[in-house]
Amino acid sequence: MTAMGKAGFGAHYAVHLPAPDDFEFWRARARALVQAEVPPDRVSWVEPGATGDLFAGGAARGSARLPQPLADAPPVRASQRFLAIARSAALNRDPARFALLYQVLWRLQRQPRLMEDSADPEVRRLEQLAKAVRRDAHKMHAFVRFREVEEADGTAHFVAWFEPDHHILRAEAGFFMRRFANMRWSILTPRGSIHWDGETMREGPPARREDAPGDDPVEALWRSYYASIFNPARLKVGAMLSEMPRKYWKNLPEAALIPGLVATAQARAAAMVAAGTRSERPRPSSLAELAQGIAACRDCPIAACGTRAVAGEGPPRARLMILGEQPGDQEDIAGRPFVGPAGQLLDQYLEAAGIARGAAYVTNAVKHFKFVARGRQRLHQSPTAKEIDTCRWWLEAERALVRPRIVLALGASAARALLGKTVSVTRARGRAIALEDGAELWVTLHPSYLLRLEGEARARQAALFAQDLALVRARLEAA
Amino acid sequence: MAQQTLRQRLEILADAAKYDASCASSGTARKHSLGGLKGRGGIGSTEGMGICHAYAPDGRCISLLKILLTNHCIFDCHYCINRKSANTPRARFTPPEVVALTLDFYRRNYIEGLFLSSGIVKSADHTMEQLVEVARSLREEHDFRGYIHLKTIPEADPELIHQAGLYADRLSINVELPTRAGLARLAPDKNEARIEQAMAHTGTRITEAREARRRFRHAPRFAPAGQSTQMIIGADGASDAAIIGKARRLYDNFGLRRVYYSAFSPIPDASAVLPLQRPPLLREHRLYQSDWLMRFYGFAPEEVAAAAGADGNLPLDIDPKLAWALQFRAHFPVDINRAPREMLLRVPGLGTRAVARILSVRRHRRLRLEDVARLTTSLAKVRPFIATSDWRPTMLTDRADLRQLLTPRAQQLELFG
Repeated sequence: MTAMGKAGFGAHYAVHLPAPDDFEFWRARARALVQAEVPPDRVSWVEPGATGDLFAGGAARGSARLPQPLADAPPVRASQRFLAIARSAALNRDPARFALLYQVLWRLQRQPRLMEDSADPEVRRLEQLAKAVRRDAHKMHAFVRFREVEEADGTAHFVAWFEPDHHILRAEAGFFMRRFANMRWSILTPRGSIHWDGETMREGPPARREDAPGDDPVEALWRSYYASIFNPARLKVGAMLSEMPRKYWKNLPEAALIPGLVATAQARAAAMVAAGTRSERPRPSSLAELAQGIAACRDCPIAACGTRAVAGEGPPRARLMILGEQPGDQEDIAGRPFVGPAGQLLDQYLEAAGIARGAAYVTNAVKHFKFVARGRQRLHQSPTAKEIDTCRWWLEAERALVRPRIVLALGASAARALLGKTVSVTRARGRAIALEDGAELWVTLHPSYLLRLEGEARARQAALFAQDLALVRARLEAA
Repeated sequence: MAQQTLRQRLEILADAAKYDASCASSGTARKHSLGGLKGRGGIGSTEGMGICHAYAPDGRCISLLKILLTNHCIFDCHYCINRKSANTPRARFTPPEVVALTLDFYRRNYIEGLFLSSGIVKSADHTMEQLVEVARSLREEHDFRGYIHLKTIPEADPELIHQAGLYADRLSINVELPTRAGLARLAPDKNEARIEQAMAHTGTRITEAREARRRFRHAPRFAPAGQSTQMIIGADGASDAAIIGKARRLYDNFGLRRVYYSAFSPIPDASAVLPLQRPPLLREHRLYQSDWLMRFYGFAPEEVAAAAGADGNLPLDIDPKLAWALQFRAHFPVDINRAPREMLLRVPGLGTRAVARILSVRRHRRLRLEDVARLTTSLAKVRPFIATSDWRPTMLTDRADLRQLLTPRAQQLELFG
């Protein structure tokens, strides 16, 4: 940079800023210096309390009298973009920031569109300084944590301790005022403090951590929330650290939980996966393979009852599949479906409706007998929705092999095994429901229900059952 | 059961809400809490940019108090931890409890606002009424001007959804699964037509309100941050290409602000109907990247799909933009000093901001490779695909091993929650 001559014949100037974030002061002095044609290498900018000023002695001797602008000096040129970036960059704690600002301002006089050249190293550096300040401000908006204290007059006062990296406190006061207008609050930092009482903003001296309250009962709730919203199955510590670096942790009440959450995450996720584990196996390619498969299956707790798995029976390409709930006591002993009292009743009604049981494939939604022992008796227990859903894998394999056109579901458990949701038999009966593979589903009651009824109620339900079977018979003839 | 404390219920109902990926608090109308009806001002502000007040160890942003009003539910959706048949502890909040919790958290600067959802209790209308009541109380009784996101229930009365939009910044309805067959199988109580009808209805209301405000300054706002939705990835057989196509249709048909993708994650007491294999988290990340390509980089869904493999799925080891560039190498190298903006945006490694800077610099002088290096984060990634005044990648785009050269060794982190 060529020296412009006139101003001070090579003298060096030191500008002492009254405050490290006083951009307007810098701006006024910088304008005057540009108009006095003082090149950047002959100005040093000194912050209050700074020690790095090489020319401090000289400036004191020269009593820092700045040159007057030249009478015919042109107006100082600075683009909007420069001002916007400079306002932020001036708050950076980098001691060289004001010198860099002046350097770029100086160059702007000859290259008015310099700021558009982001690839210029000085412009780039200025952008980086400004970006660091904006990030610091953003993190302040995010990570300030107020604690509530009750003042002598009974009003609530919210106080936060925060340690920003750059000189942003005063510049960010407005954000907190706009957000917490009806609250009384204070933000304390090592470089100064600000206080809002609901009407006016006040600045105060630097503070210490001990000046802020040490706890707030709501923090316990917040920590519970933080721990609960975390999904241990998706641990990504690096992603967290890039946005919430460790340096902020000491002022975040929730951060104390992080090490524990990270340490237990894998075990918690593994436990969830293990709890849902079913053995992975290829789909059986024949009914014989399927029968072997269900005998060995231990995917749900029913299989641990010590009963045998009861496979379906009937023609392997039957057009009708009849689906019950699960084998009962007799079926478990015989190893065949629907041979107990309910099975005998079913046979009667099928015969009356004109449906040949022998032409149908008869099977159950759940392949093992679930019971509780009462003395010598084994009492039937309904399978849970989860057990039905677990066994659905086998039923789907069975349907894929037999490929029935019509499926008759006896009772709500059988309907759930086919539909994936629990439906009311009363509402689902009497009409065809399309299944994914194109088959028709007809829902009716389970014959064991009839066994539990007596008198008129039984007669009414029996009639409905017969009616449902007649509908299926009609569909079989039509199809 | 013994009476649950507020804290126990918060744990249950936050845990139940965490599988919803949405957390954004950005893009709504600017509001501040100075002045107003009660003279002394209210509480809360939204200034355009969302703020993440904390990050959980899963890397996800915590911006809103994201909870359910209750996790009791009459629906039985297999992928959902709150389904009727799941063996999970249940709890409920009253609307005043949620209001108090939101304000307590907000005053301490923990959150930007509230994201409230709920299991369906009694009926869709009853549940929706409760959600609306929380938002109404926050706005009208407490003069709360922070962010409110309400999950709307497609089966609820449209009038209730309308009220929700008057109080909330954002509404969302989850499409849940990318295919109709998937929805029928895994969410048997839900109905695609009903969901889309509700989304269309909400979209119309949002547009109407925006137009009204253009003419009358005091016309009421309706969900100024728009509506969003979520799709669960990997629970049905949909390929990435199918998911991207579905997302595009949702953006186009309903004017959605965001589509969230959520790789279905192991949940306690998982339904046996779910597939055994959970999808890799990276798949979700690749879908977000392709979503970005469509919304900000001018890619058509078919172009993103062209970057996918024969099975319709995007490669996991490289990002979709790089995959596209490797697939269509004839478009490269792109001349940094001459190419139009649309082509610069196609260069792997150049983001929208770097492209804007290049266009700005280029008005003054020709760029050299070192200039590009200063404007981007990874020159190595960009270099094979560009030409500058002092650089031309001879042969490089023809190399068969270019993919290996550019495949990152360490896995990239997820960018957002």
